[in-house]
Amino acid sequence: MVRFIDLTLNGISTGAVYAAVALALVMIWRATRIVNFAQGAMLMITTFIASSVIGSTGSYWLGFAVALASGLLLGAIVERVLIRRIEGGPPLNAVIVALGLLILLEAAAGMIWGNTPRSFPPAFSIRGYDVGGTHLLFAPNDTFTVLVVFAVAAGLGLLFRRTRLGLQMRAAALAPEVARLLGVRVGRMFTLGWAFAAFAGSLAGLLVAPSVFVGPNQFDSILIFGFTAAVLGGLDSPAGAIVGGVVLGLVLSYVSGYESASLVTLAALVVLIAVLMIRPGGLFSTTRERRV
Amino acid sequence: MTGAVALQVDGLSTDYGPVRAVDGVTLSVREGSVTAVLGANGAGKTSLLRTISGLERASAGRAVLYGQDILGIAVEDIVRRGLAHVPEGRGVITELSTEENLRLGGLWRGADGASLEEMYELFPALRERRTQLAGSLSGGERQMLSIGRALLSAPRVLLLDEPSLGLAPIVSAQIMQLIRELATERRLAVLLVEQNARSALSIADRGIVLNVGRVVADDAAAVVAADEGLRQAYLGF
Repeated sequence: MVRFIDLTLNGISTGAVYAAVALALVMIWRATRIVNFAQGAMLMITTFIASSVIGSTGSYWLGFAVALASGLLLGAIVERVLIRRIEGGPPLNAVIVALGLLILLEAAAGMIWGNTPRSFPPAFSIRGYDVGGTHLLFAPNDTFTVLVVFAVAAGLGLLFRRTRLGLQMRAAALAPEVARLLGVRVGRMFTLGWAFAAFAGSLAGLLVAPSVFVGPNQFDSILIFGFTAAVLGGLDSPAGAIVGGVVLGLVLSYVSGYESASLVTLAALVVLIAVLMIRPGGLFSTTRERRV
Repeated sequence: MTGAVALQVDGLSTDYGPVRAVDGVTLSVREGSVTAVLGANGAGKTSLLRTISGLERASAGRAVLYGQDILGIAVEDIVRRGLAHVPEGRGVITELSTEENLRLGGLWRGADGASLEEMYELFPALRERRTQLAGSLSGGERQMLSIGRALLSAPRVLLLDEPSLGLAPIVSAQIMQLIRELATERRLAVLLVEQNARSALSIADRGIVLNVGRVVADDAAAVVAADEGLRQAYLGF
């Protein structure tokens, strides 16, 4: 029973990280109809930046803040410099550009920081709670992970649902031409969409780095898990991304705990293929077909 | 009564690759008046509106809004100069609520709740459906929504692309009457593109007939409506 509780709590905690990556992918998909395969590399860069800041200043939270800020900036720059040129073009162009960016960023990171993965500190203790004499694996750092992801997701949800900026961003994503006729600065909204997405991605990087370490290729798998979670949630729905992340986290945690940790990536791919075959619109799909 | 020239278009041409959709069109729209642009499918009516509002690039000519050349200005800036364009198919964003759609029209100028309230008074049907998704609205309600949304930008010139398309005749007549009132009471300069020539001419001050991108007639609406040759050749009534 304790094992089940451990695995469930662990699933929620890792699922929160997948949810953050999924959120990043979903926001970019909604804004520009592009699957950002470079998201893993982008959050790798911002986590490396955090690692450098923490290393030179000794302050975890300064590194944390700088990573999130550089995520915003990196997202905006990528949209302005690269994506702006291919928006509205064939979908394959975007895929190729994203893959090119992925390779570029991983190579650049290797040149700057080296290819040997380095450790990364957690925000809080990773020693599990003791509840009524039982030692759990769930630790204060996991509490932080879950809370911060949900807080960011809720904050983005409020931004989209309740603010004028959010309304303009949704209009720009849903109907760019109509939005422009109504005076919405659509290009600026796309840039902001990418910035917020990369912000969520950089958060995921900070949260997962203590367990996967920081290296040019250490975050490849998190992108696969995040993408699976996003597809599970319907790719179009931020709320779906969160639920998809947690569901995937639970599934993979049980697979890892009851079967074998080596099956985790395989299990994620099985989930991905199963969803695409059975419910291609995701768990929350209404009637609209995916356009990919 | 009609007033000063609000929108002046001179020799405007638009090309899609080798195809010339708009061919040297010249027209003017005055304050407080409705100018109907008529013609068959593919006559270039929609392309003309899209070029004026900046959605398509003009290959020749000028479009002047109150003395200022507006060609080459970004679409999202043209609305800030006082020109609103209700596009073909109404441009209602079906995934947003009725109220969200409406609010979008006035966001750029920071329109307040009072102007929203004014639109609900003009279109009471929309108030009842304010929280519903715009996709659930009927064709007539969508048309009211798109016109109300355009009005929230406080335009001086209004471009309307086929507002009666797909509406029942009685609803279509109401919309036409509304357009007439907007022009007369709000002193709007309206450029109205319509396939339904008869109903458009019934409320318009001027009628312009396009054929393969060219102006083939430009006269008082009553004169165009009475011209047997034009009616048979281009207007179908």
